[in-house]
Amino acid sequence: MAESVTQRKRLLAALLFLAAVLLGGCGFSTEDSGGGSNEPETEGITLYSGRIPAAIGPAVDMYEAKEDRDVQVRFAETADLAATLVEEGDASPADVFFAQEPGAIAAVAEAGLLAKLPKDIVDMVPARYRDPEGRWVGVTGRARVIAYNRDVVEESELPRSPFGLTAPRWKDRVGWSPASSSMQEYVTALRARYGEDRTRQWLEEMVDNGAVSFPDNVTIRDAIAKGEIDVGLINHYYVAQAIAAEGSGYPVAVYFPPGGLGSLMLLTSVGVLESSDRKPEALAFVRSLLSGQSQAFLTSSSKEYPLAKGVEPDPSLSVPIAKIPVSDSSLVDLEELQGTIELMKESGAL
Amino acid sequence: MPAARRAPLGLLALGAMVGAAAILPAAYLVVVIAGDLSAALEVAFSSRALETLLRTAALTAAVVVASVAIALPIGWLTVRTDLPGRRLWTVLCTLPLVIPSYVGAYLLVAALGPNGMLQEALGVDRLPSIYGFTGAWLVLTLFTYPLVLIPLRATLRRIDPQLEDAARAMGRGPLEVFRTVVLPQLWPVLAAGSLLVALFTISDFGAVSILRFQSFTAEIYVAYQSSFDRVAAAALGAVLVVAMLALLLVSSRVRSSRRIHRLGPGTLRPTQPYRLGRWRWPALGFCSLIVLVAFVLPVGVLIYWASKGISTGSTSLHTVAALGGNSLLIAVWAAALGAVAALVVAALAVRYPSAATRAIERLAHGGYALPGILAALGLVFFSTRAVPALYQTIALLVFAITIHYLPLAIGPIASSLVQLSPRIEEAARGMGRGPAEVFRTITIPLARGGMMAGAALVFLHAMKELTVTLILSPIGFKTLATDIWTQTTYGFYEASAIPALVLLAVAAIPVYLLSEQGAAPS
Repeated sequence: MAESVTQRKRLLAALLFLAAVLLGGCGFSTEDSGGGSNEPETEGITLYSGRIPAAIGPAVDMYEAKEDRDVQVRFAETADLAATLVEEGDASPADVFFAQEPGAIAAVAEAGLLAKLPKDIVDMVPARYRDPEGRWVGVTGRARVIAYNRDVVEESELPRSPFGLTAPRWKDRVGWSPASSSMQEYVTALRARYGEDRTRQWLEEMVDNGAVSFPDNVTIRDAIAKGEIDVGLINHYYVAQAIAAEGSGYPVAVYFPPGGLGSLMLLTSVGVLESSDRKPEALAFVRSLLSGQSQAFLTSSSKEYPLAKGVEPDPSLSVPIAKIPVSDSSLVDLEELQGTIELMKESGAL
Repeated sequence: MPAARRAPLGLLALGAMVGAAAILPAAYLVVVIAGDLSAALEVAFSSRALETLLRTAALTAAVVVASVAIALPIGWLTVRTDLPGRRLWTVLCTLPLVIPSYVGAYLLVAALGPNGMLQEALGVDRLPSIYGFTGAWLVLTLFTYPLVLIPLRATLRRIDPQLEDAARAMGRGPLEVFRTVVLPQLWPVLAAGSLLVALFTISDFGAVSILRFQSFTAEIYVAYQSSFDRVAAAALGAVLVVAMLALLLVSSRVRSSRRIHRLGPGTLRPTQPYRLGRWRWPALGFCSLIVLVAFVLPVGVLIYWASKGISTGSTSLHTVAALGGNSLLIAVWAAALGAVAALVVAALAVRYPSAATRAIERLAHGGYALPGILAALGLVFFSTRAVPALYQTIALLVFAITIHYLPLAIGPIASSLVQLSPRIEEAARGMGRGPAEVFRTITIPLARGGMMAGAALVFLHAMKELTVTLILSPIGFKTLATDIWTQTTYGFYEASAIPALVLLAVAAIPVYLLSEQGAAPS
């Protein structure tokens, strides 16, 4: 009998729990109470963002305040959003796509999903930082650098370019992230500049020299900070963020290798969906992202390079933007990327 | 065994609907593959795919063996012996299930990795590397073995002790009794639990990517994130589905080859617990070690980070409460729907075995082997075309998560039905009740334990779910898991610790219920 009483109590508890959740759920909390995503009943636009809230928040807030319009944002991995956009096709609720990595926006453009941007927007960005067909423009730039632990390594010891990291003295001390798109972009650029053979040789020598593979830039940075490895190939701004959070005692510093393709510029970029039924608002948002004030918001804490014409980078960035090469085509060619992945797999890097 | 009866048409129709829903992600793979068949075949049958598959199979086998090796002694100790603090150990040993594999992995790296906390504490220069196979094996075992333990305990409690008594009366020693009498009765439930562990292992991405193990899912992510090649990704996904079907076949072989239910009256004589005597110390040591590594250590790291996070004032409790509400909303709905759908599938498969019902059971497993991104994209594809009004709504999100985790609920429910003699149902039929009424008045109440367990498992996994939520949720809808993701993407571990702890606390409720399930009323 005692058994059935406790069971009844348990059932009651479960039902109460369920009721509480369902009641609570009626007013589930989102940033906006906007209705179905397909009906244009709100004034706002929908943004698919591969960049996290902390990276774009102030710029979005500024646009919302200035234009008195809502921006509803879906945050996810850039590549996942690109794949989602491709599956959605014309039915996409998105108006704007903000990509963190360069390959993703090229894939979406390739699928014919991005609208041609008007001349005034295209002209806001130097030619080397945008799609030649005008379907997307770069917003900020991140440089590939060598990060190092300054307690262990002197800046003067570092090689003039990542080619030098295959020397015996760097054995088992270097971290890289062959699976990350930023590393793959870098390899693509190497192939364009130095050819297949030289690139393959470098990849193989890196592998032979015990380069440690990490899933992404953050884990490389943290591994350097912990002393797991001494140097790593990463994007420059991850270190700036950690210094901002941890203070000046943070042991990781960045070095812009002056030689070869040492510090390649990678773009974060934005495009407007062809299927958008709010193109004027979407374009206004893109213009806003390229405005001086937004560019400052987007780059001040992250220490990324602003790409809009006439906007100066943060004074702490000692290497001028013009000194940093962009890949020769300045663009992402998906077939090239495929070749890079093949090469990286063959050389044992990936 | 009585001759197989024909399933009631209504139940069969419901089952077909569940199967059709669950197969959607796999159907999407077929659509994509059909778009470029030759390219897909080339990827699926490449030597690289084969190598990766073998590597993943080795990991899966190792995780399954280790999970059983942990769950079997703990299950036996907490159910059948006089181990001190059995109730407490039961709860503690089930709790590791609440820790998401990606959280578990980065906590393991922080604790045991190079220059991690252990190395600092020991003051040594080097520890054996936890990266690669070892780390992935360790993390996946430690955080999934409860999937074997939970149903195992439920079964151990229901085993008829008279068989053992009879064996003992005939002079067999305890180990021999265990091997010849108890273990054979456990094969079905061990097979069911191992299946869940295996499917989880092959579909996991979080742990393997952090621990740098090149598993099959990592290969699928390379196809998406590097080459944006949806055909290659779909082809690799299809390989996973085939692997999953093979696992399912093995598991159902084991289950159906041993059919066991009590024939006696419906009451169980309470079992006499084995006296451990001096053996209680190694037993306690074993349980403590597992709890320490799989629960105390990770939670300790989280609490340490959370204390740093609070002192820097980075987390608003109000926000965390709202996130928790959203997580609960999704998880409770998915759990309720999942339990009902799984009951239909399990009842068909167990009670009315036929080619059709077996097919339905396999279809219902359709999505679980797939990594989240493929499960999500499948529903993006179908819902934008068939039901655009539902796209990116709570309803679709709940649907997606329910079908993704449905197999978790089928196992426990099927196990409870296997142990319930169909003769009770037959007797009710004999007394003139219709099939629907028997299902409602006999089957459902008697399978309630299994349904609760199944619902709790779906709830837990829905709480931890990330990729499907990011893509299919209503815009602006955030959960504890998505918040943890946002913070850790940029390495803000301290800020992620508080939502992670709240997630653990909420998920611990069903885990507590699950472990209570096996507790004997004193």
